[in-house]
This record gives sequence, C-alpha cells and structure tokens, in this order.
Amino acid sequence: MANLDHLITEAQADFAACDTTTALEDAKAKYLGKTGLLTDALKGLGKLSAEARPAAGAAINVVKKGVETALNARRDAILNAAQAEQLASESLDVTLPARAQSKGGLHPVSLTLQRIEQLFHSVGFDVATGPEIETDFYNFTALNIPENHPARAMHDTFYVDDAHVLRTHTSPVQVHYMENALKQNKTPPLKIIAPGRVYRVDSDATHSPMFHQVEGLWVDKDISFANLKGVVQDFLQRFFESDDLVVRFRPSFFPFTEPSAEMDMSWNGGWLEIGGCGMVHPEVFKHVNIDSEQYQGFAFGLGVERLAMLRYGVNDLRHFFNNDLRFLSQFSK
Amino acid sequence: MQFSEYWLRQFVNPAMNADELGHALTMAGLEVEEQELVAQPFNNVMIGEIIAAEKHPDADRLQLCKVDVGQAEPLQIVCGAPNARVGLKAPCAMLGAKLADFEIKKAKVRGIESFGMMCSAKELGLAEQADGLLEFPASAVVGQNVREYLGLDDTLYTIKLTPNRADCLSILGVARDVVAMTGAAMTMPKITEAKLDSNKTVTVNVTEPAACPSYFGRVVEGVNASAETPDWMVRALERSGLRSISVIVDITNYVLLELGQPMHAFDLDKLKGDITVRFAQSGESIKLLNDTEAKLVADDLVIADASGPIALAGVMGGEPTSVTEQTNNIFLESAFFTPGVMAGKARRLGLSTDSSYRFERGVDYGNTKQALERATGLVLDICGGQAGAITEAVAKLPERQAVTLRYARVRSVLGIDIAKEKVGAILSQLGFSFQENCDNFIVQAPTYRFDIEREADLIEEIARLHGYDKIPAIAPIANLSMLPLPAAKLSEHWLKDVMQTQGYQEVVTYSFVDESWERDFLANPNPIKLKNPIASNLSVMRTGLWGGLLDVLTYNLNRKQERAMLFEVGSTFHLKDNGYREETHIAGLCYGAVLPEQWGQAARDTDFYDVKAMVDTLTHHQATYQKETHPALHPGQTARVYLKEQPVGWLGKLHPKWQQHYDLPKSTILFELETQGLLQTQVPAYQEVSKTIPVRRDIAIVVDEKVEVQAVIDAVYAAKISLLQKIQLFDVYQGKGITESKKSLAFLILMQDTHKTMVDLEAEAAMAKLLALLENKFDAQLRN
Repeated sequence: MANLDHLITEAQADFAACDTTTALEDAKAKYLGKTGLLTDALKGLGKLSAEARPAAGAAINVVKKGVETALNARRDAILNAAQAEQLASESLDVTLPARAQSKGGLHPVSLTLQRIEQLFHSVGFDVATGPEIETDFYNFTALNIPENHPARAMHDTFYVDDAHVLRTHTSPVQVHYMENALKQNKTPPLKIIAPGRVYRVDSDATHSPMFHQVEGLWVDKDISFANLKGVVQDFLQRFFESDDLVVRFRPSFFPFTEPSAEMDMSWNGGWLEIGGCGMVHPEVFKHVNIDSEQYQGFAFGLGVERLAMLRYGVNDLRHFFNNDLRFLSQFSK
Repeated sequence: MQFSEYWLRQFVNPAMNADELGHALTMAGLEVEEQELVAQPFNNVMIGEIIAAEKHPDADRLQLCKVDVGQAEPLQIVCGAPNARVGLKAPCAMLGAKLADFEIKKAKVRGIESFGMMCSAKELGLAEQADGLLEFPASAVVGQNVREYLGLDDTLYTIKLTPNRADCLSILGVARDVVAMTGAAMTMPKITEAKLDSNKTVTVNVTEPAACPSYFGRVVEGVNASAETPDWMVRALERSGLRSISVIVDITNYVLLELGQPMHAFDLDKLKGDITVRFAQSGESIKLLNDTEAKLVADDLVIADASGPIALAGVMGGEPTSVTEQTNNIFLESAFFTPGVMAGKARRLGLSTDSSYRFERGVDYGNTKQALERATGLVLDICGGQAGAITEAVAKLPERQAVTLRYARVRSVLGIDIAKEKVGAILSQLGFSFQENCDNFIVQAPTYRFDIEREADLIEEIARLHGYDKIPAIAPIANLSMLPLPAAKLSEHWLKDVMQTQGYQEVVTYSFVDESWERDFLANPNPIKLKNPIASNLSVMRTGLWGGLLDVLTYNLNRKQERAMLFEVGSTFHLKDNGYREETHIAGLCYGAVLPEQWGQAARDTDFYDVKAMVDTLTHHQATYQKETHPALHPGQTARVYLKEQPVGWLGKLHPKWQQHYDLPKSTILFELETQGLLQTQVPAYQEVSKTIPVRRDIAIVVDEKVEVQAVIDAVYAAKISLLQKIQLFDVYQGKGITESKKSLAFLILMQDTHKTMVDLEAEAAMAKLLALLENKFDAQLRN
C-alpha cells in the first residue's frame, strides 16, 4: 500500500486555511468524509491478504489519528479566536463610576450615643429613658432641689406650666428608674445609662437651648466614689481610645449627689471639664424608698455634644443643630 | 465672688505662690474661674516729686524737671506731660526700669539729657487711656516703690461658688477654707467692743422672730459722713468689684466682704419712732435705694418705723432713710434673716443684691454682733462720732444638730483607706468640734456651715480636704449577669441604621417649633406652649417632625443642594387629659432626584412609591395603606399607614400649596410613623420547606381605573382558592388598546400542592376559580 503519511501534512495545511468551523467541516470531508481519502484507504484493506491487513490497518489508523488531532486543534483554535473576539468586544471602562446610590448617614450625636451605649452595655449597663416634659417634682424636688433652692437658679429652665418643665438634665430618669424597679420588686444592683435630649434657656456660640446628656447610675451594696472614678476613667479611655487618659475629680455641688464632683479629663496637656458626678444623695434614695443604709451608688452626667466635638474635632457647637448636609455627610460611613 | 490675694493673705498667708493658691482653691471646691494680675510686671518705678520745672529751650511742649526720688541729688528729667508741675508727686521710672514694652535708658531729648521718665497710668499698664502723669496725693512718700505704694503685687481671683458654700462668700470664709486645706494660721482683724460715748438707742421690736432670729442695732452720733474713704478700703472694695460710693456705705460694704455679714446704715434723724421687724401688710410699698418703688406682698419681711417700711429686710434699704453726706447720726443694723424666709424674695422683685444673695444661702448667725462691732470700729476710726449701746433682739437661733460620722462609712463610700487620725485632723482643721465614740465621730458644725446636716455632708468634707485628686480610679467588683435582651425587640438604632443604609441622612432639630408649623402641617390649633420660649419661632412643642425636616431642607436648598433624603427620630409632645403624652416618631423626607446625578441611570424625581418602599421596610412589610387626607399632603397622594389595623402614621406628597408657600422648586415626599409598633417583631418560627415545585401562571385583567390593587389582592387571598399560594402584581397599563377609564393589571400567580406534584388540570381549575372571582367582584375582563 502507498504511504499515506503525507496526508497529515496536507490536512494540516488544508485545515489551517479554514477560518470558520463551517469551512473546517468541509475540509474534513476530504479526509474523513464518507468518500474521504482515509475512509477509502480503510475500505481498500479488504483487498489485502490476511497477513498484510493488520499492519496496513494500523498504519492507516496512525494517519487517521494524526488528521483528527490536526482537525481538533484547528477547531479549538477557531473557537478560541471567536471567543477572544467576543470578549474583546465586551470590554468595559472599569474606571467609569459605579451606578450611584444615595449615601445616608447618622448624625454625629447619634454616632456618639451609639458608641456610649455600646461601651456601657459591654459592662452590663442597661439603657433607660424618661419623658422630656418632666414634672417639677422629678426634675427638681425628687432630686433634692426644693422650690426656691438656690440650685434652681443654676438651671435656666423652660417652663411648660406651673408644674411642668422641659427637663434640664437626664437625672430625673434615675428617679423614674429606681421607682419602677422597686414597683417590679427589682432590688439593686441597678445599673443604667439614660441618654436623651435636655433643655436650658441659653443660646449662644457655646450653648444650645437643646442638647444631649447621658446619665449613668450604679447602685449596689458597696459601689464607691473610687469606683465612680474607675468607671468614668475606663469609659473615657475606651471612648477616646487612649490608655493614657486620666480623669480628675474636683469638688462641686449637686443637690442630688454627695460627695459631688466635676469631672475633668486630661487633654492636650491641660484639663477639660467633661461632666458632673457624685454619690447618690440619701435624700434621693429616700424619695424612691431605697434604704441608703443598705445601698449606695454613684451617678454621673456627661455632655454628649462635648464628647462628640472632642472625638471628631468639631469646633462649633452650632454645627450640630444647623443640619448642613455638607457637615453631616462627613460622618457617614 | 471676686477678691484680691493681698486681702486674703491678711487673714491667712500659706507658703504658696499665687498660682499654687489658686490651684488649691479650685481643688478644694472653690473653683477659680479667673485669675489675673492687678498690674502687669514693671520695676524700678519710684514716687518722685517735681521740685523744679522750667521750659525746654528747644521745645514748646517739653519741660525740664528736677525730680526728687529720695536720693542725695534730684534727677533731671525731660517731661512732656501737660500736668507736670512743681510740687506734683507722680511715678518716676528710674534708669534701668523695665516697663511693659520698653526699658528706661539715659537719653537726650532735644539735646538735653534726661535721667528717667515720669509716667502716666497708661505707661504703667494700669489704664487703657491717660492724658497726663498719674498723680499721687501729697501724703505719698517720696522714694517709695510705686508697686508697693499702690499694692500692685497682687492677684485678683474670681471664684465660682456652689450654692452650698455660702460660708465662703467673704474673705474670712475663704480664709477659713484655706486654713482647712493648708493648715496655715489664721490672723483675725482686731475687733473690740466700742467705747460707749452716746446714750442714744433705738428700740427694736421683732414681731417675726422665726424670720429674724437676731437683730443688733446701734446709734453712732456725730459722724462725718463726708469723710474720704481711705485708700486701702477703696482698693479692697475695687478689687472685689465694688465701687466706692460714700464712706458709710463703703464701710458697710467692706464688712460685708470681709466678714460676710450684710449691714445697713440708716440716717438716724430720718427715722420716726421705734423700729419693727415685721411682714409687710398688703398694699404697702417702699421706695428703694435704687430709685424703684417696690410693691410689697404679705410675706415680704420689712424693717419698718412709725411711717411704714424703711427697708426690705436683707435685700435693700429704702431711699428716704438712707445715709447722705449731710448725715450726722446713723443707726447701724446687723441682723440674721433665715434663708427659708429670704429664698426667692429678691427674685420675685427682680432684685439680686450682695445682701440678698448671702441671706438666701445662709449668713453666719454666730457673728452678727461681732460684725456690728467691726463696722462701728471702722466708723469711729474714719468718720469719728460717739457710739451708743447695742440694742439686741435675739430669739431662737438655728441649732446645728450633732452629726454622727461613722469611720467605716467614710471608707465604704469613698472606697479609700484613710486613717482615722486623718479624719479627725481634717475635722479639726475645718473648725468642727467633735467627740470620738468607738469608731464614730460625733460632729458639731460651726454656725457658718449651713451645709452640714448629715453624714454624707461630712464624708464630702473629708474627701474634699483629703483631696479629690488623691481618690484612686478603681474598677468595681460586681457579679456578672447578662442583660435580658428580648430577641423580638428592636432598638431605635435599628431604625436609624435601616434609614441610613437606604440613603437617608439623619438630622436633629429642636423639639420646640414655630407655631405655624403645627397649624399648617398638622392642623393643630392648640399645641403645648412654652411659658418662656427662647424665641417666638421656637415657642411650641412639636406634635410631628415634618416642620423640622422641611426647615432643614430649605436651609440646604439655600446652600445649593439639589436633592435631599432626610430623617429624624425624636419625641413629639401631645396634650392628654390635662397632662402630657410623648410619642417617639420617625419621619423621612425625600426631595429632588431619586438618585444622585449620574451616567448610569436616567434622572427621575422621587415619587410616592419610592418612599413607600421605605415605609414597607420600616414596618417589616406588615403595613397596609388607606387613601385618606392630611392637611400637609396632596389630597390625591396621601396614604394613612396602618399596622395591625391601628393607624401608625402617614405617607404622601407635600401639598402643592405648602410647596409654593415654602418656595420649593420640586415636590417633596414625606412620611412619619410612630416608632413603638416598628420595634416589636417576632422571633422567626420555622415552617416546613415544600419538596414540590410551584406552578406559575401569568394573567392580565382589565378593570375600572378606580379599582384599588390592594382590594383585588385582598379579595383573592380572602377567597382562599385551593392551591393558590401567591398573587403578585407585575404590570399596570393604561393607554392604547385599553378602553379609557379602564386599566390593565398583570399578575403572576403561584400555585403549589405541598404534598404532590400538581397536574395541569388542577392548575386550570384554580385559575378558572380566580377569574370567576375577579369578574364577579371587580367586573374584570381577561385581557387577550
């Protein structure tokens, strides 16, 4: 039989000339079709002797394999080229801006409150709330500030009527909470923070008639003044993420705590006033029927805007209430 | 309270400088608000006397002066001051003297040597303006250092006293606390009983001994009320912020500042008959020293004579009986009025005086007579005269109850380990007397300490003088138990986080608003009003949040913002059965384009349904909506929001009339919800997931355009058609091919048999039932 090895080279050349799969199928017919050269050669085996047939068959099959390999290789090449062309045509400018969504955000006071709540929550403080239109009794009397007490002059109070005020501090929440706890037969430990809006008749560059405070209260059998300092210092260190921050107490006066203190924290080499605090006054315990011989504890009040200003470097209190979107959007995550 | 370091150091002179003293005061609770030098530093300025003056040969306005500064030879100084004249004593800066911004050197002035400089008050930094040399009186001693002569090496302290520390409203009081904090010795001014040279007295009747437990008065005859107040007294008063008025008034003010005892002097010759301390009768009035007429009410305590009230006790004297420069004989009053009676009096009359301020907080009732002797002594020294015997009316004075201080309690409350001896030492240093009984101190507070009523007051004193800064920061030791956190209860933070994720920016607006917002947006004619609003446009409490949001919108549109998505969470305030009720609301506002301007999406303004999606999210897709009307909203685009059949809020487009009124170029979509119902969810409860596949069929029906889609959906579910699981709208169409006043609604229907695979026949049957229902109820036609 004639040597057919040259067919592989010829087929490779024929296939290479094909640009499409259709042309390739046509070219394939010449070799492997019903009347293709190799098909014919296989048919011709029958004419050979039984001895010669295996060797000749094997030779044809080698050639056939070679042609088939060439065919498959060319087919893959054509498909790959087509796909590459398709992909190239689908190319994007990946630097085009994303399909934009509106960007929302929280007010810096909210962010600050959330963080305060998280930190206190992490050591087991519950969150309590109370009304903003408060009775004279809860805002003052129950906090040991009787009528005509000079301490009332320290609060520039908004009056709603003769018996109601806009709360001047979050301290009344202490009283509500302790009263309710007792009604539910819950005994100390009582451990809450009370965030919220408070109001004072005062409006200038450094005072807003409405602002936010967080009240803290921890009553138990032996919670001490030193513990108060410990908790406040721990909070401020964590809030400002600074282990070096130190809290200083200065003697002060609040009718509802005794001893009372102003809290200063170390800041840029000096001291900054950060809030008031003290040990819950026995008169306050008396108002809510807690035995001050058996229990003691501390309360503190922090100015939220003050903390927010220091934390974020805001230099003007009025930004918080102007609600300029150019200011507010700086706090979105 | 303001005072000078110099005056304080007359009483107590601890070994610390002015800054250390100021810090010590602050750390003991007498907060130094301001501390400033009386005069800027300068040195080498002496009192000089001009003993000769002649005109400068080459300058019209200059004089050649010979100045005696107490040295062997007078100095030759060229001086241009208009008041430079022979015999004048004035400050003379010597060669080498350092003034605020320059040093004095030998100089030639227009060719003539000058060996120093005569100074004005301005040049010494003592005044802003000066038009000549600072003139000293003839009594000034030549050669004395000017700083020493004027007492300029002095510091002014202004301390912010808390209401409980009335005892520190005097130099004596501050000095006592300095003694307590430093242990330094106290030097009291020498107070002696006056020699009685006059036999005149005034009878005093106190009809209200509870209000005025002690009253001391005395006549001083023959005083020179026009005498000059001595420099040292003027200086002390000025450095405490009081101007010198006239010598008698100055003396009473001096004693008030020095000892904390308010005093009053009457012109004896203007008094008619006996003095009575009584409550005012209604209808009485008094002309006060400040030239106002006070109408008195029945519980105003007055000093009266036969003619009626002559002074408002403890607040202010009357004008007709006041001391003038012509006064010859005076009646001096020193009394104790109880704080309870004085409280609120001055405020009611719109007066707050140094006197009322002290009486309201508590004046030392153990020192009333001493103060009168002090004032008498000063009057006799400065104005001359003859003192009469003291008239006393003393009833039952307050009593300081003994207070038990338990040593164990001190340690427990403060959380510090403080020695028992230290506790005793602090009490002694405070001037408290005490006895020790086992581990208790039985403490008697002095008459000037109105704030020591109970053990806690003493514990505070121990802490204060031990040093608050020495209290360590100690983490509490407590039992650990977890907080109950109900799984189905969300917090307000959840609402805020959802809003911000959806693109809304949180704002915080005032709870008090403009009355017109309540009227316009909420048809609320009767909001809760503040009695003392800070401004007329912040005078009522809000019942809703839209006013604030629209205000913020306007503020930002004025700053060139073109779109806004805002929200607020806050309290609203409502009247309820003669009381008040508060609800927390969440409100949102959308204005302008639904998305930021971009290439990727065609621009479109926000509409009702965009914001409805937010309400759906906040209500956990449980809300239903009904078309109702609201004063703030477009009547055709308003939905009331219901949750579990309860109305919880509103959603809609701002009424075009308000849009116009507030000058908004585009429409605004608003919603507001009560938060309470939004925060209550349910703990998820698992239900079997079906193993079979649902069958979907789509249908389009044509109905009247007034038919509400929700009604269709509700009817389908209500019919409980077997196998039908879900009906969902996917298209609404009006226009070509649909009869006018009709609309086409396209729904997808999901059907499922949870137990076996459905066959077509079953699906067809369910769809047939559905179509029959829709035709029946809504006159719906299947669209071909």
